[in-house]
Amino acid sequence: MTPLIQATNLARIYQVRRGLFAQPKPVRAVDGVSLAVMPGETLGIVGESGSGKSTLGRMLLGIDQLQAGEVRFEGRAMPELRTAEWRALRAKMQLVYQDPLAALDRRLTIASQLAEPLEIHRIIPKDQRPARVAELMVAVGLRQDQAGRFPHELSGGQRQRAVIARALASRPKLLVCDEPVSALDVSIQAQVVNMLRQLQEQNGIAMVFISHDLKVVRNIADRVAVMYLGRIVEEASSDVIFRSPRHPYTQALVSSVPVPGKLLEGRVILQGEPPNPANRPAGCAFHPRCSIARDICRSTAPVLRQIENRRTAACHIVADGAVPVAA
Amino acid sequence: MISFVLTRLLRAIITILAVVTFAFVVLRMSGDPAQVMLGPDVPQDVIDAFRKAWGLDQPVWVQYLAYLKSIFTGDFGVSMRDKASALDLVLERVPATLQLTIPALILKLVIGIPAGIYAALHRQSFADRGVILLAILGFTIPSFVMGLILVLVFSIILGVLPSGGQDTWVHGILPTITMSIGGIGILARFSRSAMIEVMGQPFIRTASAKGLKWRDVVWSHALPNAAVPIVTIVGFMVGSLIAGAVVVESIFSWPGIGRLLIVSVSNRDLAVVQCILLVIAATMVVSNLIVDLLYGWLDPRLRSRAAH
Amino acid sequence: MASADFPAAKRTGRGDEGFIALIRCNVPLSVGLGIFWLAAMVLIAIFADQIRPYGITAMDLASRLSPPGNVKHWLGTDELGRDVLSRLIQSIRVSLIIAFGATILSAVFGTALGFAAAQFRGAVEHLVLALADFQAALPFLIMSLAVLAFFGSSMLLLVCLMGFYGWERYARIARGLAISASAQGYAAAAVQLGATPARVYLRHILPNVASTLIVSMTLTFPEIILMESGLSFLGLGVQPPETSLGNMVGFGREYLTRAPWVMLAPAAVIMLTTLSISLVGDWLRDKLDPTVR
Repeated sequence: MTPLIQATNLARIYQVRRGLFAQPKPVRAVDGVSLAVMPGETLGIVGESGSGKSTLGRMLLGIDQLQAGEVRFEGRAMPELRTAEWRALRAKMQLVYQDPLAALDRRLTIASQLAEPLEIHRIIPKDQRPARVAELMVAVGLRQDQAGRFPHELSGGQRQRAVIARALASRPKLLVCDEPVSALDVSIQAQVVNMLRQLQEQNGIAMVFISHDLKVVRNIADRVAVMYLGRIVEEASSDVIFRSPRHPYTQALVSSVPVPGKLLEGRVILQGEPPNPANRPAGCAFHPRCSIARDICRSTAPVLRQIENRRTAACHIVADGAVPVAA
Repeated sequence: MISFVLTRLLRAIITILAVVTFAFVVLRMSGDPAQVMLGPDVPQDVIDAFRKAWGLDQPVWVQYLAYLKSIFTGDFGVSMRDKASALDLVLERVPATLQLTIPALILKLVIGIPAGIYAALHRQSFADRGVILLAILGFTIPSFVMGLILVLVFSIILGVLPSGGQDTWVHGILPTITMSIGGIGILARFSRSAMIEVMGQPFIRTASAKGLKWRDVVWSHALPNAAVPIVTIVGFMVGSLIAGAVVVESIFSWPGIGRLLIVSVSNRDLAVVQCILLVIAATMVVSNLIVDLLYGWLDPRLRSRAAH
Repeated sequence: MASADFPAAKRTGRGDEGFIALIRCNVPLSVGLGIFWLAAMVLIAIFADQIRPYGITAMDLASRLSPPGNVKHWLGTDELGRDVLSRLIQSIRVSLIIAFGATILSAVFGTALGFAAAQFRGAVEHLVLALADFQAALPFLIMSLAVLAFFGSSMLLLVCLMGFYGWERYARIARGLAISASAQGYAAAAVQLGATPARVYLRHILPNVASTLIVSMTLTFPEIILMESGLSFLGLGVQPPETSLGNMVGFGREYLTRAPWVMLAPAAVIMLTTLSISLVGDWLRDKLDPTVR
């Protein structure tokens, strides 16, 4: 089976000048990331802020220009940004935003916003659009009387439901969710995540679910990629990665999630400064915070390689212990 | 910072070049100065001689390049009417204009800004409403109406102040007042809204919540932040020190730049008009440049943004 | 600025009865009078031909410079015995037409350039900003003086020239708002849905920034009236036999000692009109901008 979307060696480098006379310094927001998502599959992308996960999501959708690498959607290369072809492709791939209030036009009613993708892509005849909008509202759990409301008249959770409904209107094959629930109350988060999961299963949509919150990702993702400073450090199926994380960074993240009925023992606590993409450490980017770092970690950056079946990691030590080094 | 200053300087130079070009194109394309200067009933050979003497028989772009070159060497041409250096004619009038505009600017600053800030700090009070009303009045009455009303009241009805001329400092009173009233209104309005905007910011609440004296909150937190928009307006006023007096000088027969401009425009005295346009634009551009640099000093955020 | 239009959206969302109630309860007396005056001016401008008692060039040589208050000429006559009231009515029409035309022209022109700068960035943006710099560097009155003095004054040229007044403000505002809307939020979301630039700008960005632009128009409108009156006052705007408010003040100035009413009547109309627009505009801005409350 061919992947729905396949990214190879994506890179996004910003030139940042710090200080008045300094030379511009490259900041590698995304640095050599490759991944693939199968139709109907959910890939979770986890990382701290500054790990480049949002940029990666936007690059997958073709909203951010690629500086290196390639994205293929349904086997074809991504068309040039803002061409008619690119716009037409939007019907197949959609984004769910972190801040639903900002993503909705405050001057249009919910119903007219949900109808927008239908109008833009001329998907169904005009007279059937209201019915489709009503159907979408039911699907995301909005009441019919909210159709005439404006975004600010809804609650945060309802707004996010509206954004999701708008994203689903054109029946896309891929949904990129960028921190879709982190702006919501914890009590609402679960509802929205469950709804997303249900909609995804019903419609067979592939999903890239970006979050800093492992608990949320665990609930929804089939597979998880962990990012650190613009690179994927470990990738495996959701069950595997949560049961036995291998990369020290993944271990730290997983152990920070409390599990009911278990004591927090053997918890790995991250040390040192949080990652700063403008000041990337030499060697393995994670080594200043790593408790098991060796000399090689300070000098040589580890490459992502297979350490088990359907599992990759970028760590000298893990690779040493598990599989014979093949680099 | 250096690259920021350089970019701004470059933009300033481009702007001045654009003004020169604009003046040149408009003035040269619109009519034959020879006809205007010499009158309609002059023989053709006299006209030709005149055109040759002033270089008007050359192609336009040659005239333009010659003009650019002469400006570059500090020569702004010779007035066709007075046969005197245009720059000298213009500079000769500058002091008269500044005699009006500088006192007017000072009046605007010392009355407008405090009034606006006072109004902002005492919102909805009687004083606030008074300031708003006076500001709007000052702002909506055009200077030519204001000037004529002042003349009507103080010169014609009361007979206490002269209505025109430049003989003594008393003659300057009415024009200065005429010019400053509108500016006072504008400054008061701007200072008031800038101050109100700043006073609504969270950091002001924080400052007063942490127990700072109200006076310290206003002086060390609110005022510096309100200064940015106020400086913009003041910069604009400084920039129009020379240009702002055209109408008022014309009402009070004050022999400044503005009168010279109107007279030269009606005589189509090209060299003088171009020179005035350039002097005015240069003042404007230089004060804009200074305002931009002041921004950086007043607002650290802009400083860092400028560096990018 | 992003939140500036919040209450307006809320009001329209509640339906029309909310807006009417708002006008009924919350309009201060001064604003009410301003609206009344502006409505009167607009009506006078529209029906100028019907309500004008005399032709604007009709001379009554028997009663030259007659003071206001007499039965034949309510506002008196000028040096040629022309009826001041009739000329005033015609002046209101001319000045309002110029100001309306020019305000709309400059708003459309400036907004279009600002959107173009935001959409295409790069060279287009630099060009627009350089033009705006140029406009800001050369005082408008000076520029108009040069253009009008040399091309001669016609109504069309005057409206077009005035139509350049303040375009750079709309351009800067429109560019800034469009860029911030495109960088994040609803406009970016619309682009992401696959909307064409035309749809993004006309259906999403324009309605969202309209309130800010309308507020700018209430600032430009009186300034254009003042600019046109100033030019006409200097004899370079509207040319006789046509008349405008500034033109009347300019000619009335000659008779300031003997017949001040010739100058005072149009002067009062200019002041009251610009004052009304400022009052109404300020009130509108306070209503549209929740930060100044």
